[in-house]
Amino acid sequence: MFIEPFANNEFLRFSLVAGILVAITCAIAGTFVVLRGLAFIGDALAHGVLPGIATAMLLGVSGVIGAAISSLVMMAGVSIVSRRFRLSGDTAIGLLFVGMLALGVMITSQSRSFVGDLSRILFGELLGVNTRDLILQLVALVIVGAVAFVARRPFLLLCVDEGLAKTSGFSSRLFHNLMLMIVTITVIASFQTVGTLLVLGMLIAPAATGALFARRISIMIFIASLVGSVSTYVGLLVSYHFDLAAGASIVLTAVLIFAVAATYTEIKKTITDNGHNEHEHPHTHAGSHIR
Amino acid sequence: MSSSAEQTIKTEHLAVGYSKFPIVNDISLNMRPGELLVLIGTNGSGKSTILKTMAGLLQPINGQLKILGSAPGSLPKRVAYLPQHPVSTHTLPLRVRDVVAMGRFAHLGLFNKPTTHDNKVVENSMRLTGIDSQANDPIRDLSGGQQQRTHLAQVLTRQAEVLLLDEPTAGLDINGRKLVAELIASERAHGVTVVMATHELQDAEQANTVMLLAQRVVSIGAPEVALRDEYLRECFGFTQPH
Repeated sequence: MFIEPFANNEFLRFSLVAGILVAITCAIAGTFVVLRGLAFIGDALAHGVLPGIATAMLLGVSGVIGAAISSLVMMAGVSIVSRRFRLSGDTAIGLLFVGMLALGVMITSQSRSFVGDLSRILFGELLGVNTRDLILQLVALVIVGAVAFVARRPFLLLCVDEGLAKTSGFSSRLFHNLMLMIVTITVIASFQTVGTLLVLGMLIAPAATGALFARRISIMIFIASLVGSVSTYVGLLVSYHFDLAAGASIVLTAVLIFAVAATYTEIKKTITDNGHNEHEHPHTHAGSHIR
Repeated sequence: MSSSAEQTIKTEHLAVGYSKFPIVNDISLNMRPGELLVLIGTNGSGKSTILKTMAGLLQPINGQLKILGSAPGSLPKRVAYLPQHPVSTHTLPLRVRDVVAMGRFAHLGLFNKPTTHDNKVVENSMRLTGIDSQANDPIRDLSGGQQQRTHLAQVLTRQAEVLLLDEPTAGLDINGRKLVAELIASERAHGVTVVMATHELQDAEQANTVMLLAQRVVSIGAPEVALRDEYLRECFGFTQPH
């Protein structure tokens, strides 16, 4: 019941590997999305790729190329609207978000199989992944992992305070854009698996679960990877046994894991708070110098 | 470390503000190693704007500003800035030790590994600010005062020659305030120049120079000069009890 579907079905095995690759990529990018508060722009990016993918489908070229061009247009648009017209970042993102989504739906409506294509883009087609998709997801994971590792210090500073990053000698604009770039790569690499509508769930839910328990960023990424991978496995099993949509099953599992984890930590906190009173007795050694 | 003859902070007719709209104009001062400048004023008087400009987070609107002979923001290893109410969001999965260690990032850059010296500096900073017993606690579980001590330790970890502190005593109890005063005195004794923004008049007692602000420079000079009753009345609408 738990192993047999994967042992007997090559498509399902491919889907599991693809799903786990996406889960780990989303865990890395999602950790910074959660810590830096980029959920809205992450959502907008996920939907902003729609016109590019739809156009690519109509022209018969790779959806990845379309998604990449679309996300570049989206980011440039957000930057121009927020800077030139002195509107808040949220307003700029919201404008571009709905604009790109509407454009994507309009382009898709030109397709003969409008509903099928739109559904495939929005909700993914995990059971249709092939070797080429797996290689693409592996490359995306390597790039996202490498960038996050090299830029871990400025990324961490940005998550605490943008001014802190700048006064520590790191360009806040450069590293903010680099952070958005890894989110974009993750979205592009994941839309085949869970779809543009659900990728945000994989970016946020496992990372948010990690944030509940972790005391270090690396541990948070590890927990998020684990939650994402388990969600993929459980979601595929549920999808197989009950004939439900695979992408949606995976994301719903990830959100449910978060709900259980959050309830557990809340109960534990309540018990701990009742167990002891807080006392602050700091001991200090001021007067000596640290050089 | 700067030589005693060197000017650590020099401004000439400096105007600071946001988006070309000045908040405080015509600031001229010279600071030397070991000196303390205290900026005092009400909310919105321009204290934080001056500090942010010195830290390189805002562009000067007019006039000259040099920190250690260079443009503000160009010497991250030698200048440390403590923002007002540093952010410690509830989601940040960081221990106190990790937050303090971030003060060394300016020295480490992207690729250098922390050395024994770096780790020792981090430990000493935590000890000096009295936060060492909570080194392994998540910062999100600490009180506001303990978080402020953590951020102070992070600033000390930079081992900078100029400290720009925006309300470093905010959220601290009387012991915490005493600690900050002792830390500043200790840093100054080692030639560190300190600029501190505060609401508290007693924070100015140890200063070489006090600048009283009310969206302009009301007075500037030694504490006994800058804090005369007529200036305080002009700035706050009251005088301090004698």
